[in-house]
Amino acid sequence: MLDFLWLIPLLPLVGSALNGILGKRFPKRLISAIACTSVGASFAAAVAAVAALLKLPPAERHVVDTLFTWIASGSFVSKAEFLLDPLAAVMLLVVTGVGFLIHIYSIGYMHAEDGYYRFFSYLNLFMFSMLVLVLSGNFLFMFVGWEGVGLCSYLLIGYYFERRSAGDASKKAFIANRVGDTGFILGILLVFVTFKSLDFTDVFRQIAGDANRFPVEVGVGTLSAIGILLFIGATGKSAQIPLYVWLPDAMEGPTPVSALIHAATMVTAGVYMVVRCSPIFSRAPIALEVVAVIGVLTALMAATIGLVQTDIKRVLAYSTVSQLGYMFFAAGVGAFSAGVFHLVTHAFFKALLFLGAGSVIHAIGGEQDLMRMGGLRKFAPTTHGVMLVAALAISGIFPFAGFFSKDEILWSAWAKGHPIIWLTGLVTAGLTAFYMFRLIFLAFYGSERFSEEIRHHLHESPPSMTVPLIGLAVLSTIGGFVGLPAWMNLGPNRFEQFLEPSLEFAWRGKSAELPHSLEFGFAMLSVMVALFGIYTAYRFYVVNPSAPASLARRMSRTHGLLAHKYYVDETYDALMVHPVVAGSNGILWQCVDIGLVDGAVNGLARLVQGSASLLKNVQNGLVRSYAAWIMAGAVVILLYITLLR
Amino acid sequence: MSIVHCLILSALLFTVGTVGVIVKKNVIAIFLCIELMLNAVNLSFVAFSKYLNQVHGQIFVFFVMVVAAAEAAVGLAIAIALHRNRKTLNVDDADIMKW
Repeated sequence: MLDFLWLIPLLPLVGSALNGILGKRFPKRLISAIACTSVGASFAAAVAAVAALLKLPPAERHVVDTLFTWIASGSFVSKAEFLLDPLAAVMLLVVTGVGFLIHIYSIGYMHAEDGYYRFFSYLNLFMFSMLVLVLSGNFLFMFVGWEGVGLCSYLLIGYYFERRSAGDASKKAFIANRVGDTGFILGILLVFVTFKSLDFTDVFRQIAGDANRFPVEVGVGTLSAIGILLFIGATGKSAQIPLYVWLPDAMEGPTPVSALIHAATMVTAGVYMVVRCSPIFSRAPIALEVVAVIGVLTALMAATIGLVQTDIKRVLAYSTVSQLGYMFFAAGVGAFSAGVFHLVTHAFFKALLFLGAGSVIHAIGGEQDLMRMGGLRKFAPTTHGVMLVAALAISGIFPFAGFFSKDEILWSAWAKGHPIIWLTGLVTAGLTAFYMFRLIFLAFYGSERFSEEIRHHLHESPPSMTVPLIGLAVLSTIGGFVGLPAWMNLGPNRFEQFLEPSLEFAWRGKSAELPHSLEFGFAMLSVMVALFGIYTAYRFYVVNPSAPASLARRMSRTHGLLAHKYYVDETYDALMVHPVVAGSNGILWQCVDIGLVDGAVNGLARLVQGSASLLKNVQNGLVRSYAAWIMAGAVVILLYITLLR
Repeated sequence: MSIVHCLILSALLFTVGTVGVIVKKNVIAIFLCIELMLNAVNLSFVAFSKYLNQVHGQIFVFFVMVVAAAEAAVGLAIAIALHRNRKTLNVDDADIMKW
């Protein structure tokens, strides 16, 4: 199977092409069959490939499958090649597995939508791009997938393109990503200039092999510059400060898209990239510091915004931004495997939360405002159950998946000597538990705040939607057990061990040996914080529903700040969008375009017209005047011949 | 009667013809002026033929006469067609072939 890695991304591409070209004439059943089969087959191929990888001894788990030479220009050679190692394997299984479940879910969720074939074609194209991204063996080929997922994200956010807000949101996502991609491609160029190669293995060997040059302990070295540039790319794709603003707006897309692209897979591409480049980052302390600080700030900021959002999908969007911040600060403190672990568990429970939210929206007839829900657990018991599991998982309650990954991150932050980051992360964990259970309580408990007519239509979603939900709920519950922490005395962390070959070139900093009992204490502490968050949410939204409003009144300034998302959008509008629009309008349009470009074109036309209006008088239709001209010409020639020769 | 006299007469006739072509408005008059120009040239041919003692010039005159005959046929046909269509023989009234 390891020789057929190309099959894994190819299958969704075929599905996308079939549905995209011919789908208009296909019945819906066939469209969904093509889409789901291609992704399902891709998942099966991925499982087979990973199984084959596991059969190899750990040191040899690094399979490169070169398809063809893509670009050859002098000494620069870039190949289309796939690389399967433990890190890629983890991503592969998450992308194809979660992607498959979400495809199945989409059959039920999208059944009444126009452009059914378009949706599935884009979704399959996204799977292809994402698989190219995670499987690629060099920077440039990774960039192909990187841009591909950006394109699909744009297309799918703008799926309801007849809605202006959706069109705006898709453009915002595209432009924010473009800003990040500029950094990414500059980083790639700097890698090439420095190492004369873009191949992951080659570059990382060079870095790891040169102990004199690296690590760059002081000053801004080349590696720090590369790291920061690459991280700029990651902030765009993975929605970190300062480019996170597109992700909440991206909720304009259909809910399965939010689950697949804007929660589980694409937005984690930045984390994947940082971990993939761990040999670079781990030797660039400044870049790593930037990653950690940006990550933890994003985590805290997004969590605080999430506290007051009332749109169910926006709460989840800010939660995603916040959790991505967690992954980045895990990478930033050097705990790369913990970051990837959280990426995996997050893919499970956040996809579940989004699909659950989709199920809620489906049940209640398109309503997304939490303030118009309430008491839904009677009507949608399955959805309620799985959402509860997901909320417990994201809050980090034992034994759900989030507990293990989040605790590992927080513990790494402490153990690697970043107490402030640890504390911020812990506070964020409490906030996470609070806003997540606020969502649960507002949607499923308390008084019913919807109209009688909606109540009449309330229904649980069809099996094609609930089955994937249950599948993801199971994964969210047990997914954490692949990485049982060392303090449980059940052997070393298996997940970390599995990832080890991928991180072999990463530079290991000094890590203090701390007793397991302390780690256990920290785990208990974070669970206590999460429980406190849940309890507060319970007090606020179940026991005393008037409390939030009165608190908001008392702290109206803070509440306003949060409700307006720290005025970041407004600031960007004032600082970036408005000057650009004004400059384009005033200078580029009015002066350059109208004055220069149009002026040149129109001026040329006017010149031709003016000279023509003079010359046309010669052709006056009078035969005698023509005869006179001929005569004059003959006289001139005669004079020339007789006088000048 | 030397060659010079002949050439002066020829030039005078040619000039009269040319000026007539430019200033006359009647098609038939223009036509006659063109004939005058042709015959002025014929006169020079013949004069040179005599002067140089060569027969070429006289042969050329025959050619010119043939062309003039053909031209007369076509030109008169045009004059008749013009008169049929526009009820005029004034060339300045036939000026629609312009911008």
